[in-house]
Parts: sequence; C-alpha cells; structure tokens
Amino acid sequence: MSLVVLIISAAIVNNFVLTYFVGICPFIGVSKKIDAALSMGIAVTFVMTITAIVTWIINRFILIQLGLPFLEYVSYIVVIASLVQFVEMFIRKTSPALYKTLGIFLPLITTNCAILFVALLHTMRGYGFIESVVFGIGAGVGFTLAIVIMAGIREQLETADIPKPFQGAAITLIVAGILALAFMGFSGLVAA
Amino acid sequence: MATRSITYEFAKGLIKNNPVFVQVLGMCPVLAVTTSVVNGLGMGMATSFVLVSAALIGSLIKPLVPSEVRIPVYAVVIATFVTIADLVLRAFFPPLSASLGPYVPLIVVNCVIMGRIEAFATRNGPGPAVSDALGMGAGFTAALMVLGAVREVLGSGAFFGIELFGEGFTPLLVMILPAGAFLTLGVLMAIFNALKEGSHTVLIKAESKAEA
Repeated sequence: MSLVVLIISAAIVNNFVLTYFVGICPFIGVSKKIDAALSMGIAVTFVMTITAIVTWIINRFILIQLGLPFLEYVSYIVVIASLVQFVEMFIRKTSPALYKTLGIFLPLITTNCAILFVALLHTMRGYGFIESVVFGIGAGVGFTLAIVIMAGIREQLETADIPKPFQGAAITLIVAGILALAFMGFSGLVAA
Repeated sequence: MATRSITYEFAKGLIKNNPVFVQVLGMCPVLAVTTSVVNGLGMGMATSFVLVSAALIGSLIKPLVPSEVRIPVYAVVIATFVTIADLVLRAFFPPLSASLGPYVPLIVVNCVIMGRIEAFATRNGPGPAVSDALGMGAGFTAALMVLGAVREVLGSGAFFGIELFGEGFTPLLVMILPAGAFLTLGVLMAIFNALKEGSHTVLIKAESKAEA
C-alpha cells in the first residue's frame, strides 16, 4: 500500500471516530467550539504520531526480541501515560503560548482510546516504521477533521429547538450518525 | 445496615447511574461491538470482569499508592486484567475474540473502569467497591445488550443468531454499519431520558407545542 493511499485511508475512508468509534469521549466532550476542537485535534495528532514512533520501536526491539508480546497492553499504556506527561512538560517549558492553547487537553489524551488504537493497529497489521508514522499522522488528521466538523455543526445546533429528551448527548450522537453516513460516501475511494 | 448499603451500591449502577445512558462513559466499545447481542454480552462480561477485579485490587492497594502516581499504577492494574481477559477469550471463545478484535485491548482505556476506581473503589472498602463494580458492570452489559438487540434485529433480522423473519424481510443494513450505531444509541438515549423525566410531562409538552 502506497503511503498516500495509507494516509487517505486512515484520515477519511476509515475515519477513526466515524468508522472505528475510537476517541468518542473527546469527540462528544470537546466539540462545542471550533477553536477548542481544533486545538484538541492538533494535540491528539501530535501525541498520536509520537506514540506510533515509540510503540513501534518498543514492539520491534523489546517485545518481539524478548518474546514478550503478552506485555503489549501493559507496556503501551505505560508508554502513552508517561509520553503524555512528558509532552506536557516539554511544551510548557519550550512554548508557553502553545501550552496555553493545548494545556488543558493534554492530560485528557491519556484516556483517549484513539491513541492506544493507533499503537494496537500498527502492531496488528505489521506496519513498517515509516508506514506506522504515516498511519499515526493520517489517523490524527482524520480525528481533527471529524471533531472540527462536529464542532461546526454543534455551534449551529445551539440555536436550534431540540426536543427535551434529545438534548445533550442524544442529539450529538444522532448528528454523528448522519456524519458517519456522509463519510460512507468515501468508502469506495480506497480498496481495503 | 452494611448489607443494605451494599445492595444499594449494586442497584444504582443499573438504572440511576447507568454508565452508558446516564453517565455517557465508555462509548467506544458501546458503539463498536454492538452489531449483535452475543458481541454485546461478550464485551459486557469482559469489561465487568476487568472492572470488578480492578476495583477490588484498587481498593486494597490504595494505602500503598502515593497519590501522584496513582493513575499510572491503576492503568497497569487494569491493563494486566485486560491481558488476562484477552488471553482467556482467545483460548476458549475464538470466534467471539475474533469479532471483538482490537476492542478487547481497548478496555484498558475504558473510562468507566478508571472512573469507578478513582471515584468509588479507592474511597471505600473492598466490599462496597466490588458491589459497586458489579452493579456498574451489569448496567454496562445490559446497555450493550439492548443496543446489540436493536441493531441485530433490525440490521440482520436475527436475535442471538437465530433468524426471526422469513425470506420477505429485507434487513436494514445501515443498522449494522457505523452510522446505525450512532443513530440507535442517540435514539435509545433520548427514550431513556424521556422515561426518566416521567413520560407524561414530555407528552404534555408535545401536545402544547402542537396546539401552539
């Protein structure tokens, strides 16, 4: 699979949020305003790419070398948790402006299942190093796209007259369903 | 008194604080694996096992864990039980394990589990902690099964894999596709809200709106 196809597949055709249902919590929680959604998307893409790099190295050179594939989940979650903490400290020291925008979202990313999903999928599908990195970027772009579109729709929803039982999470899920239907239109774009 | 409160801790997870419909937690597996009732049941059982075991360990080791590193510690505890659940599923239920796929390891980041440990298990003894976890697990499993039932009946015309309708039935394919998951959960959540509010107030509102 060429890298361009891989990135389009991860970002649009098999969109993480709308096809694999990962990263739903921030998708619903942080999609009220477009700016916040965009910051969250950028933060997730950033962490996702680094996670893909680090977990690929760990899987290839530690877990497989030592015959410990059953430690995959435990080691990945520790890596992700510490990575997020590390990225947070790094951004706070080097770029206070960026930290102001991303700061509150970073701790939330640890429990974002999309991050762990990237690590699990590139292991499961046996991607090479470059492929894993590109896959991480593509998945992050797809997440950003979905959450920004969702925020745009929700800003409009605020003025809409929604029946009481549908207010809150229910209407958000239905909007996501319609969005998923729309994204199904891309499904013929890439085989596999 | 103690037994009564333990029953209460169990019961509140079923309806009042249902993790899916009320707290809107752990959405990823709820949407992803509920294409059939069996998948929902399997995912619910696996999650409940991890939830109960992790809550028990979490409440027991609490005095040993410094609060600064508690999140990584609990994450490792959860990941360990998820690994056990995954290996058991793979060994004894290979078809179920195959259809749940990568969503079994994703139990690690299911916010219901971390949420119950953080909010309840570490603040209570092992007894109430396990009882609370059992209730939450049961509520989670029930929600997954309801969603799975609706989607399986409409999307493949079957229930627990048994064909329900004759040849004339055309399955609503969209229900087992991703879009169907979002739509079904959205509508079920609205129904749950309406029932909780007391259905007649909703009806009165709808009537007055129709008159206006």
